[in-house]
Amino acid sequence: MATVKSEQMDLLRFATAGSVDDGKSTLIGRLLLDSKSIFEDQLEAVEATSQSRGYDYTDLALLTDGLRSEREQGITIDVAYRYFATPARKFIIADTPGHVQYTRNMVTGASTADLGLVLVDARQGLTEQSRRHAVILSLLRVPHLVLAVNKMDLVDFDQAVYEKIHAEFTAFATKLNIPDLEVIPISALAGDNVVNRSENMPWYSGPTLMHHLEHVHVASDRDLVDVRFPVQYVVRPKSDEHHDYRGYGGMVAGGVLKPGDEVVVLPSGMTSKIAGIDLFDQEIAEAFPPMSVTVRLEDDVDVSRGDMIARANNAPKPSQDIDAMICWMTNEPLRPRQKLAIKHTTRSARALVKDIQYRLDVNTLHRDQETKELGVNEIGRVQLRTTVPLLCDPYSKNRTTGSFILIDEATGVTVGAGMINSGS
Amino acid sequence: MTQTHTDYRLSQLDQLEAESIHIFREVAAEFEKPVLMFSGGKDSIVMMRLAEKAFYPAKIPFPVLQVDTGYDFPEVLATRDNWVNRLGVRLIVASVEEAIRDGIVIDDGKTSRNRLQIGTLLNAIEEGGFTAAFGGGRRDEEKARAKERVYSHRDEFGQWDPKMQRPELWSLYNGRLHEGEHMRIFPISNWTELDIWDYIGREGIEIPSIYFSHQRRVFERDGMLLSESEHNPLRSGETVEERTIRFRTVGDLTLTGCVESTASTIDEIIDEVAVARVTERGATRGDDRFSEAAMEDRKKEGYF
Ligand SMILES: Nc1nc2c(ncn2[C@@H]2O[C@H](COP(=O)(O)OP(=O)(O)O)[C@@H](O)[C@H]2O)c(=O)[nH]1
Ligand SMILES: [Mg+2]
Repeated sequence: MATVKSEQMDLLRFATAGSVDDGKSTLIGRLLLDSKSIFEDQLEAVEATSQSRGYDYTDLALLTDGLRSEREQGITIDVAYRYFATPARKFIIADTPGHVQYTRNMVTGASTADLGLVLVDARQGLTEQSRRHAVILSLLRVPHLVLAVNKMDLVDFDQAVYEKIHAEFTAFATKLNIPDLEVIPISALAGDNVVNRSENMPWYSGPTLMHHLEHVHVASDRDLVDVRFPVQYVVRPKSDEHHDYRGYGGMVAGGVLKPGDEVVVLPSGMTSKIAGIDLFDQEIAEAFPPMSVTVRLEDDVDVSRGDMIARANNAPKPSQDIDAMICWMTNEPLRPRQKLAIKHTTRSARALVKDIQYRLDVNTLHRDQETKELGVNEIGRVQLRTTVPLLCDPYSKNRTTGSFILIDEATGVTVGAGMINSGS
Repeated sequence: MTQTHTDYRLSQLDQLEAESIHIFREVAAEFEKPVLMFSGGKDSIVMMRLAEKAFYPAKIPFPVLQVDTGYDFPEVLATRDNWVNRLGVRLIVASVEEAIRDGIVIDDGKTSRNRLQIGTLLNAIEEGGFTAAFGGGRRDEEKARAKERVYSHRDEFGQWDPKMQRPELWSLYNGRLHEGEHMRIFPISNWTELDIWDYIGREGIEIPSIYFSHQRRVFERDGMLLSESEHNPLRSGETVEERTIRFRTVGDLTLTGCVESTASTIDEIIDEVAVARVTERGATRGDDRFSEAAMEDRKKEGYF
């Protein structure tokens, strides 16, 4: 039997969002089932559970709702990661809960996604929740968005229903930053337009969901121009064989690095040339995102974790005053004068909240400048002052050098996610 | 010098490798005392390979911990020793038998060795003062794991609280700990069983011979094929016969079932896995079969 080796496939990470009962878990179950990623013992377990609960059909949602409390309550409360592959691609799904009280989980799932998949129930049309999901995906700069109009079987596969939702959503999306949008009518339960083209909707000529997931072009979403290499770990063997070896391990966050390139090390500003780039025991000709490599420099400059290698004429400006959108993730609200730990690329520091400029209503996009605090699951624009300069870019330019997390110093818990507008 | 792809395309396997190397380096940079939990199985071997690559040409900057159930396959222990010797890492063996003797865990004759591993492991982590323990868990294995973070926080009792997990965003990991707590780290969270095999094939690395088809004296119990062994006395009605089999997972040999297979090369195993209709745990792990939430419960107690 010939199988495509996962070695040759590429990868698409996508996050799903939708309100409770829009059919998200069913859709994921369907994608797994139709791509033959479900094993018999898994299917038998959910069939047995469905039967014992007296359901008329196999509840595919049981395949993804993993925690005991979720199965008991029949809802998704945490991000779950799912995997499936077709000959074209491997997919990592971040299955996120839809409720407003789980916005932070959606932000988490969206942070690494190439594509966001928002479900709506065709009978209900766009809801406040679907708009919020689109807003969050656009804030997180998820470059591709799919709106799946689900349960088309319950509206007689009516084109007018689809067209209305399509028009309404497209109008709303123009207010957001969504470079690529696809609206697909489906039935997750019956499988229409999920993997197989629906015979019930001849009026729809666009791609099936699976076809779109397999073919959407994501490689060009990376920044291959602006060199950003956050130094993560200094490799020094201290062995006789590699006595003088000193390399800087890290993951390329932007641009293409080549031996011979003139580079600058931030924040010191020292310049040098790349002597070589190592990937395990191989010297490679170039490194690009998201490779993990080890970079050697020609000069014996002082470089340590938290520094960044960039190009002299194209480097982020070190800054301690950060203007960012923050999603707050804990019950105790964020308030001005609060002090937190901050982690940005490989740099850790402390941050002081100087001002909360506004709170964004993710349903209406209204900017509330009166409330000077952010509650749990709220998103707002915040000014921070950090103890050391961050080597950052706007999040719109680079999702790695433009993002940070905030940590409560007493509890050690991650309490905020930040997307940088600018540093100065 | 190796020429990279001119279209700057990175295959999904290379992306997974890059992500895992990033995690290893992050932990080595931020934790005082990491340790790698090494079972000798294919997942922990892939972890070893990734750690080797992350720090090359330096040695792996942390020791390796193996929980010895006393019921391990000799072939697995041999592979373990080869890896440890080749990489020059320090091996710590935490023995379940010793833990029973020292009264750290109680063998009541009913509790499986896999379960007794929990106490043995937690004791070894505490005794060694380890603040981070790498584990080879994958999210595709099981539903509770699908929700677990790459950095999975454990309290002073080694417990996992699925409802109190820290959000984990981008590739920014939060390694903050209080006294007595530790972190389980899962660098291959996003790998699937098939990815593991593809990687082993591509890298040409040594794995225990029991993963490949061989003749073995086996008997059937609870719908599983178990290896004949002094640790595994036959019950009435059970009979031993020789069959052509291989193992899909390795662990406590009294609980780890094998499957009939003629796959004797990595490529043949990959073909077999690609069309397998049962998860590796469901097929061959007695301990995961008892309830839908078996794994979640064991994880809460501090299992891998
Ligand atoms: N008729 C119909 N019912 C669906 C469809 N998709 C989901 N459902 C049903 O809608 C309910 C909620 O689905 P579920 O997947 O749990 O929604 P979630 O809360 O978004 O995960 C279940 O009873 C599903 O069987 C569909 O396309 N057509
Ligand atoms: Mg659901």
